[in-house]
Amino acid sequence: MALLRRSEMVIAGILLLAMVLIGTINPAFWQLDNLFSLMRSNVIIGIMAMGVLLVLISGGIDVSFPAFAVAAMYLTVKGMLLIGYNGVVLPLLAATAIGLLCGAVNGFFVYKFRMIPLIVTLGTSAMVRGFLLGVVGTSMININKMPTALIDFARTDVVSVTKADGSTYGLTAMVLIYVGLALAMHLMLRYTMIGRSAYALGGDPEAARRAGFDLRKTIFFIYCVAGALAGFAGLLHSGMIWLANPRDFVGFELDVIAAVVLGGASIFGGRGTVLGTMLGVFMLVMVKNSLIIMKVDTTWQLVAVGLIVIIATALSAWRDRRQPA
Amino acid sequence: MSDGLIELRGIRKEFSGVVALDAMSLVIHPGEIHCLAGENGSGKSTVIKIMSGVYAPDGGEVLIDGKPAGPLTPISAIGHGIQVIYQDFSLFGNLTVAENLAMNVHLREKRRLMNWRRTRAIAREAVGRLGVDLDLDATVDSLPTAGKQLVAIARALMSDARLIIMDEPTTALTRKEVETLFRIVRDIQARGIAILFVSHKMREMLEISERMTVIRNGRKVAEGPTADFDEASITRHMTGSDILNEPYVWTPPPGAPPPPRLEVRGLTVPGKCEELDLSIRPGEIVGLSGLLGSGRTDLALALFGMAPRYQGEIRIDGAPVRLRSTQDAIAAGIAYVPEDRLTEGLFLTQSINRNMLATSYERLAPRLVIDRERAETMTQGMIRAMQIATPTGEKPVIQLSGGNQQRVVLARWLLTDARVLILNGPTVGVDVGSKAEIHAKIRELAQAHGLAVLMISDDVLELVQNCNRIVLMHRGRFVDDLSCADATEEMVSDRLKTFT
Repeated sequence: MALLRRSEMVIAGILLLAMVLIGTINPAFWQLDNLFSLMRSNVIIGIMAMGVLLVLISGGIDVSFPAFAVAAMYLTVKGMLLIGYNGVVLPLLAATAIGLLCGAVNGFFVYKFRMIPLIVTLGTSAMVRGFLLGVVGTSMININKMPTALIDFARTDVVSVTKADGSTYGLTAMVLIYVGLALAMHLMLRYTMIGRSAYALGGDPEAARRAGFDLRKTIFFIYCVAGALAGFAGLLHSGMIWLANPRDFVGFELDVIAAVVLGGASIFGGRGTVLGTMLGVFMLVMVKNSLIIMKVDTTWQLVAVGLIVIIATALSAWRDRRQPA
Repeated sequence: MSDGLIELRGIRKEFSGVVALDAMSLVIHPGEIHCLAGENGSGKSTVIKIMSGVYAPDGGEVLIDGKPAGPLTPISAIGHGIQVIYQDFSLFGNLTVAENLAMNVHLREKRRLMNWRRTRAIAREAVGRLGVDLDLDATVDSLPTAGKQLVAIARALMSDARLIIMDEPTTALTRKEVETLFRIVRDIQARGIAILFVSHKMREMLEISERMTVIRNGRKVAEGPTADFDEASITRHMTGSDILNEPYVWTPPPGAPPPPRLEVRGLTVPGKCEELDLSIRPGEIVGLSGLLGSGRTDLALALFGMAPRYQGEIRIDGAPVRLRSTQDAIAAGIAYVPEDRLTEGLFLTQSINRNMLATSYERLAPRLVIDRERAETMTQGMIRAMQIATPTGEKPVIQLSGGNQQRVVLARWLLTDARVLILNGPTVGVDVGSKAEIHAKIRELAQAHGLAVLMISDDVLELVQNCNRIVLMHRGRFVDDLSCADATEEMVSDRLKTFT
């Protein structure tokens, strides 16, 4: 634990250093509206990262969550339009449930057939995306059709500031949802037996079985939660960008996994914390944001994210290997 | 006689038609230290798994406190107070000592929440009960093997255990750690807890146990107070034949002495070992011992090209070699059988054949394509010569017993025509029968092929019986060079005890 805590300190240190560096290159970085917009960008990727963290801790990996997020979001919005429902809570619950069901499919294959999670989630991801585009539809739902309740909800600000030129900006209340979910995940991981069982499973599956953990429950729980969080984040995302795009979140898995690994979670399972993950998410978003501010081409942003995944994974592998046997 | 704590009566167990246990009986009385002795593959682990409820027997019955126990499950076995300490300890390396200790209590109580204060309290009590000092906040991965074992024992003790089954508990321990373990085992017994010590190490069994059951081929072949047994009788029961222990004699050939097979001059690996001089002539088996951390493994690794920054000179048959990589070492004719054959030496999920050929492919494929026929002849011949118990060379190595795995590693090096053979703990985790065979094989190799053998071991008896010289290391230096003609086991052990 001491080591983990130390690695969080390291991440925080690096983050601070990067912030100072970026702030020196571009003083606009420290302006409140930029910071607010940064935090806003943390929300969706952060909520999904919580699910991925859980999966990584258990020794698995999930690349299907962006597909689940899109499916949950698009199906829910389509459904709302179909029955003419305009609300927030029920749709969010529905999207969460869709994500959860998809996650249960992952859990089923991972548990029942002892399949490698990467293959399972690659498969379910392709299936869900294909199904969505083939059966449900390919057209985007724009601002003019989007349910207004969703948009209004996602526009809620915690604080808002009026600039000298009269324009206003604020910190989105969605940050509170993210922080709340992160806190819940932290409490779950640290103070419930199901959370500890995820660490146990990631540490040594055989020992976990012998100790009497119900691994079926654990595995289903893990993949269901990851799916549910993705579904929830998916719909929230559409409210925040005023758009339901069935081709959204392509390549998003890389960003999220990069953020989680950057936050100190081990790709081999057994290690990882919520705080670290939040720092990792912030770091990734900040780097991408700075690249945009510095007008770096999006293709080069991809290179940067790929590099981050590899470096962060290499570091964590190196750290795990240095542990005396 | 009073009722046994647990009794197996006429237990039969088959695995897809292969009989693992047949009419197996075993009685363990409350509070006794009982030894279950048997070679690898004799059915010891099946016995453990039946007692701990992992396997259901196909016939016979299990009695607990004199009453039929009905079908046991892992949970109900624990409920009866039966705890198993597996060879791999079944601990969570990523979690702290405290959490590892308390986990079973939480699970047994079907807790949903994790109470950290209670976890620490449980752990503190468990460690206190064992009378040892462990850092509760350290992750288990950061502990040495002996520490992990203590955690496993402390955990087993927590659940009101009445019987603790220890599966090969001394395998990865040094002599000193074994002594500590035995002290703890006696402590546990003093509290009225029975211990089933599953082993194949003669002296340890004789030292620690009160009663003993010997099994061979899934049947009980002997049972009685340990005082009625001695090494020879246990060996006879375990193997069904007598194993002779003749000391290894090496006499220099007449005439001018050939250059040493292996000659080391002033070998220094910074921080590990210093100024080592050693020469081994063809046919010599030289033993090397010392405490863990004495530099003995570092010497072996340097000789196998795994310490490229060593200083000093290494000669093979008089020709100087520079060993910068394992490839260099293999090319120079040096073979190394590592201490932990499981993680260092074998591709566990690969077949026996592939493992044997792993270092021979270059020779087998002079023109890009592997000469399959020749490979097949080589592996078939080796499986026969090494007496590896397998129907086919295609079987994955992971399915073999420890002794057979060791033979696969040896076979691999024999196929490369090695001239210098370095064996690090060659019979760790191997049963007596296989051990004797491996020893015989090593002697035969040394004599028939003129191999120079360096045998590193904690097992002093093994060295005294199989080497013609023993070198002792301490703090990175050679401190003794004894001829086995006049060294006894006691002498060497006593000498080792002075190194602290």
